Amino acid sequence: MISGYLYIAPFFIIFAVIGLYPVLFSIFLGFQKWNGLSPMTFVGFANFKIVLTDPLFWKSVYNTIVIGLMGTAPQLVFGIIFAYLLNLAFLKLKNFFRVTIFLPYITSMVAVALIFSVLFSDHESSLANYVLSLAGLDPVNWSSSEWGTKIAISIMVFWRWVGYNTIIYLAGIQSIPNDLYEAATIDGANKFQQLLHITMPMLKPFIVLTVFTSTVGALQLFSEPTVFLGNSAFTRDEAMTIVMYLYRDAFKLQSFGTASATAIILLVLITAFAAINTFLTSGMGRKRGGNK
Amino acid sequence: MNQSEKGRKSSVGKILIYVLLAIASLCSLFPFYWMFVMATRPSSAYNSIPPTIVPGNLLVENFKKVLDHIDFFQAMWNSFLVCSIVTIVVLFISSLAGFAFAKFNFRGKNIFFTAILLTMIIPPQLGLIPQYFLISKVGLLDTLPGVMILFFLNPLGIFLMRQYISGSVPDELIEAAKLDGCSNFKIYRSIVLPIILPAFATLGIIVFSAAWGEFLWQFTVLRDPEKYTIQVALAQLSNTQNVDFGMILSGVFWATVPLLIIFLLFNRLFISSITDGSVK
Repeated sequence: MISGYLYIAPFFIIFAVIGLYPVLFSIFLGFQKWNGLSPMTFVGFANFKIVLTDPLFWKSVYNTIVIGLMGTAPQLVFGIIFAYLLNLAFLKLKNFFRVTIFLPYITSMVAVALIFSVLFSDHESSLANYVLSLAGLDPVNWSSSEWGTKIAISIMVFWRWVGYNTIIYLAGIQSIPNDLYEAATIDGANKFQQLLHITMPMLKPFIVLTVFTSTVGALQLFSEPTVFLGNSAFTRDEAMTIVMYLYRDAFKLQSFGTASATAIILLVLITAFAAINTFLTSGMGRKRGGNK
Repeated sequence: MNQSEKGRKSSVGKILIYVLLAIASLCSLFPFYWMFVMATRPSSAYNSIPPTIVPGNLLVENFKKVLDHIDFFQAMWNSFLVCSIVTIVVLFISSLAGFAFAKFNFRGKNIFFTAILLTMIIPPQLGLIPQYFLISKVGLLDTLPGVMILFFLNPLGIFLMRQYISGSVPDELIEAAKLDGCSNFKIYRSIVLPIILPAFATLGIIVFSAAWGEFLWQFTVLRDPEKYTIQVALAQLSNTQNVDFGMILSGVFWATVPLLIIFLLFNRLFISSITDGSVK
C-alpha cells in the first residue's frame, strides 16, 4: 500500500520542482516586468499587450504556421504512400527501403540543419541553386529571402520526419487484420477500393496521432531555423518562429516578462491548433462512410 | 482485357513502385553522402560547377580544423555522459512507477496516472525561463547535471513501463513471491527487472536519442565551451568568421558516423522503439 506511493514519488518530486513550479512561475512572470536582475514589478496584462501588438510576433506566428504547413502536411501524405508501398506483399528489399527512408530521423536536428545550410546556401551556384538552374530557374537566397528560407526549412523538416511517420503508418497498416482484405477481394473490390475503404479508415487512429504530434511539433519549431540561419537567426525575421521570438525576448533582450507572456500565448495556440486538427482528423470520413 | 495484357500492366506497375521507392531512398541518402563528400573537400567545393560529387582527400585536414574550433571529443564525451546517466535514471524511475501502477492497489492510483499523462501535453518552452533561473540559482548553470536534470522527467517512460509490466509480468508470480515473504523491492529487483529487460532496450533508445538530439535546453544552459554537448558544439561551427563548409560538415560527419553505425546494427530495435512509443 505505502510502497505504491513510494514508487511513484520520484516522478512527482522531480515534476514538482522542474515541471510544475516553472510552469506556474512562468504564468506569474507573464504579468511582471523583469530583466532578470532588478526587482519585478507587476504590470497586469501589459506584457500580453506588448507581444500581441508587436508586428514581429505576428510575423513569427505566420512563419511558424507557413513552415508548419509546408513541412508537415506533405509528410503525412507521403508517409501513407510509403507505408502502403512498403507493405506490398511482392516487394523485395523491404528492409533496405524501410531503413533508408527512416535514416534521416536518427540524425540530430542540429546536424540536419548544418547539412542543409550548405546544400541551400545563398551562393548562386550552391547545389540547390544549381538544381534550379538546370530547370532554367533563377537562384534563390535561401538564408535571407522571404520564401527561400521557409522553403529550405520546410524541405529540411520534411526530410527528417517523413520516415518517422512512415514507420508509424506502417505499424498501423500491419495491424489491420488480413481477413478484411480477403473478404473484400471475394466481394470483388479492387486494390484501390480496398485502400480507400479498408486501409484508410482502419488507419485513422494513427493519422489522428500523427496529426496531433506534427501539429504540436510544428508550433514548437526552434532548432532547425536557429541553426540553419546561424549568425543571423535572431536578427532577421524571414524564418523567425514563435519559440525563437520567445528565446530572443528572454535571452537576447532580457525581457523575461514578455517572453513568459509569449510562452503562455504559445500554450494557448498549441492547445487550440492541436484540438482543432485532432477534431478535424477524427471527424474525417465520418459523413461518407459511417465507420466508427 | 486478356491475361497477358493484365500481366504486363501489373509488371509496369511494379517497376513504377520500385522506381518511386528508389527515388525516395536516394533522396534520403543523398544529404548523407554529400555531407561526406564536403567533409573531404575544401570549403569552396560547395558551389563548384558542375557540383562536386566525388570525395576529395581532405578528410583528416578538415577534421583538424574542427578540432581547432571546438573540443570535439570532449563534447562527444559530455553528450555521451549526459545521455547515459539520463537513460539509467529514467529507466529506474519509470520501471518503479510503472510497476506500482501495473501491480499495486493504492488510493488515487488512476488519478495519479492520469496526472502523469497530462504532464505530457505541457510544451517544454513554457517552463524554460524559470527552469533556467532555477538551475542558475542552485549553481547548476553551465554544468552537465544542470543539463541532465530536465531530462529526468519522462512521463512517456512510465506509461510504456506500465503497459509492458501489466502485460508481461504474471500476477501469480508476484503473489507467490509475496507468500515467500519477499519485499516489494525484492520482487521488483529479482522478478520484474529480468522480465522487462527487452522493454528497457526500447525505452532506453527512445530516451537516449531524445536527449542526444535535444538542442533548446542544452543551448540555453551551456555557455562554457568545455561543457558543451555535441549539439551545442556543432552549432558553434557555423558561428565563425569566414564560414568554412568543409570544416562544418566534417564536424557533422564525425558526430553522425557513430550514430549511423549503431543504428545500422540495431535498426530493428530502433524502428520498433518508435512504434512501441507511439502506437500502443
